Amino acid sequence: MTTTLSRREVIAAGFGAVMLPSTLSAQPAQKPAELKIGVTTFLSGPASVFGVPSRKACEMLIDQLNAAGGIAGIPVRPIFVDEGPGTDHLVGEIRRLVQSEGVHVLFQSISSGSCLACTPLSRELQKVNLLWDCGTQRIFEENRWEYAFRTQGYGTSEVLAPLLYLLKKKPDFRTVAVLNQDYAWGRDSWELWKTAMDALKPGVRVVAEMFPRFGSTDFSTEITRLLALRPDVILSTSWGGELVTFIRQATERRLHERSMFVLPVAEASMQILGRSMPEGHIIGTRGDHWNNHPAPKDPAAFNAFINAYRQRFNEYPIYPCHHMAQAVWALKAGLEKAVAAKGGAWPSDLELANAFRGLTFPTPTSTITLREDGQGLEDQIVGLSSFNDRFPFAVPKEMMLFPGEQVSAPVGQKSTDWLKTLQPSMIQSAGRSI
Amino acid sequence: MAEWFQDNGLLLGLALLDGLSSAGLIFLVAVGLNLVFGVLRIVNVAHGSLYAIGAYAAASIGIFLAGLGLPDWASIPTLILSAALVGAILGPLIERFLLRRIYAQEEVVQLLVTFALFMILEDVQKLVWGVQPIHHETAMKWLGTIDVPFGADFIPFTNYQLFVLPGFAIITLVGLAWFLRRTLTGRVIVAVTTDREAATAMGIDAAKIFLLTFTFGAMLAALGGALSSPTAALVPGIGAQTIVLSFAVVATAGLGQIEGAALTSLMMGLGRSVAVYFEPELEVVVPYIIMVLVLLVRPQGLFGVTETRRV
Repeated sequence: MTTTLSRREVIAAGFGAVMLPSTLSAQPAQKPAELKIGVTTFLSGPASVFGVPSRKACEMLIDQLNAAGGIAGIPVRPIFVDEGPGTDHLVGEIRRLVQSEGVHVLFQSISSGSCLACTPLSRELQKVNLLWDCGTQRIFEENRWEYAFRTQGYGTSEVLAPLLYLLKKKPDFRTVAVLNQDYAWGRDSWELWKTAMDALKPGVRVVAEMFPRFGSTDFSTEITRLLALRPDVILSTSWGGELVTFIRQATERRLHERSMFVLPVAEASMQILGRSMPEGHIIGTRGDHWNNHPAPKDPAAFNAFINAYRQRFNEYPIYPCHHMAQAVWALKAGLEKAVAAKGGAWPSDLELANAFRGLTFPTPTSTITLREDGQGLEDQIVGLSSFNDRFPFAVPKEMMLFPGEQVSAPVGQKSTDWLKTLQPSMIQSAGRSI
Repeated sequence: MAEWFQDNGLLLGLALLDGLSSAGLIFLVAVGLNLVFGVLRIVNVAHGSLYAIGAYAAASIGIFLAGLGLPDWASIPTLILSAALVGAILGPLIERFLLRRIYAQEEVVQLLVTFALFMILEDVQKLVWGVQPIHHETAMKWLGTIDVPFGADFIPFTNYQLFVLPGFAIITLVGLAWFLRRTLTGRVIVAVTTDREAATAMGIDAAKIFLLTFTFGAMLAALGGALSSPTAALVPGIGAQTIVLSFAVVATAGLGQIEGAALTSLMMGLGRSVAVYFEPELEVVVPYIIMVLVLLVRPQGLFGVTETRRV
């Protein structure tokens, strides 16, 4: 049997299909019994060195929040999903989190590939999506997202700040070599560095560009070549086991005596390296949350977070823990703002998303503002590796703070275009010692 | 050409030194896989896990013994004993309780079962050792470095990289060749590799040989891991990286071919290191280019023998 629709019925059905989602989202939302957060992070594979500590931090903070009454009066429950199996799997898992588990907010992800694949789902599913750790600049430079926000800095600022620091500390360098992991971050971070370096200090010669296979466990050959080339500076944005292996093999063969290392993501590996990390090399932390931050905005809160994490897990928090914490604090600030705007009523997903745009939320070290394009402005602190009595691993000395807005591309501009416009005068004006 | 060698001869020399070390480690892992493949006719994906567990165990035991005040030189025999321990425990367990049940199954089932085992063992590693990098570099530090002349300059190499890794590979190659050709047990293994049916008909206990071979292969995988542990940071996923390259060596060398595995490892190790110096973008694909080129000319592998299909 077939049913024939009249033209009027077809038009009405089409109109209804278009209007229904927005009509639904405009309905007063019911206050849920609990706030469910879908958290995507690496629980398997090499990047679990970041994912597992971030999960621990998330669980710890949510326990603390719930003990204090939750957010906006309701308890919070995280549901974790592993990024390890890949983006296809993750896309399905995010749909499941929203459609079956009924999560109210998504925290995703560590991998830039995951973020690029999954952020479009925020629009489709109309759920607030807080990008808590991935660094690719492409997310907010190539698209505008109504429901997606990044609660931390990104690749551009995380690469530009160490470059500016290098230019201040060692302005006479002439040759550079790069040794990055062969995947999106390794390639993208080199492109950002090279573009900025060509603008700020034209004429620097790149003597080697090496991108060993992701997951490599031996860099002997690359180190031999670097020893032979003797570049003034060696950049590596590598992380995890690969950075640890590279530093250990390199220091054993005294490469650090011939070249200066610039390691923008080094902080997460310092505890593992311990005393193996050579002193006097440039290290970054993808933000301003060094454990030895000399002047955090709220020292009590900063020390409380570090000490609570240490007591519970017997290790110092690393930067993904801080990034996860930033997402939790942003959620708290954003949700409380949205509830206050409704006079205490529960906001719809769209109203919650609107509360995040332009939101400034406090962190123990500073404040982070989510710009109109969704990108967070996070300060960057860079320094030279050193040892002191307080920590059994390297921490920075001679620190400089680069405000987030100084080292981020303006709204509407692509990073690579903006970096080309940088002037050498920026080297003097950017950043301040702390 | 002569001009190129004049300009790059010194670099090529450095690349050869690096390549030898790399080839030694590749060989140690791949030869175990090749042996198991040749005798059991099973593509053991879990071989990579045995490599990883061998590495983790060697690092953990080394750290524990160092805490007891053991002298630094003892870290080298510790590497070997750790590998033997891992192989002796896991090898018989896996063969007896898992592989023995699937010898008669189709290849795809065997592949899936060993892959499942690989995934389980990956999780076991995370449960036992966590996800943060682990390292124990005493062996490398104790042996120190040697300065290799490079024109007016010099290049420091670790003695561990330059002598220990290739040395172990050569000892394994010679020892294994002697064992397989000069001892009764070795000859029995060769007989089973060559013609399992005929060997069984002659009264050889194939089950015993399978157990022995798999345990030995597991020890070799664990030895590869243990020897890599003083130089590498151990993280989840190192087994997966290793197994892919080992498969390429086995396919290129030919089924059960020890010398083939050695030559292939040498080609791949040297190829990769030369690529790092002169065309770094090709480093990752060089082993697979070698594999494809060899298989195009000799589908049975470098040293493989074409088998007659029995009807």
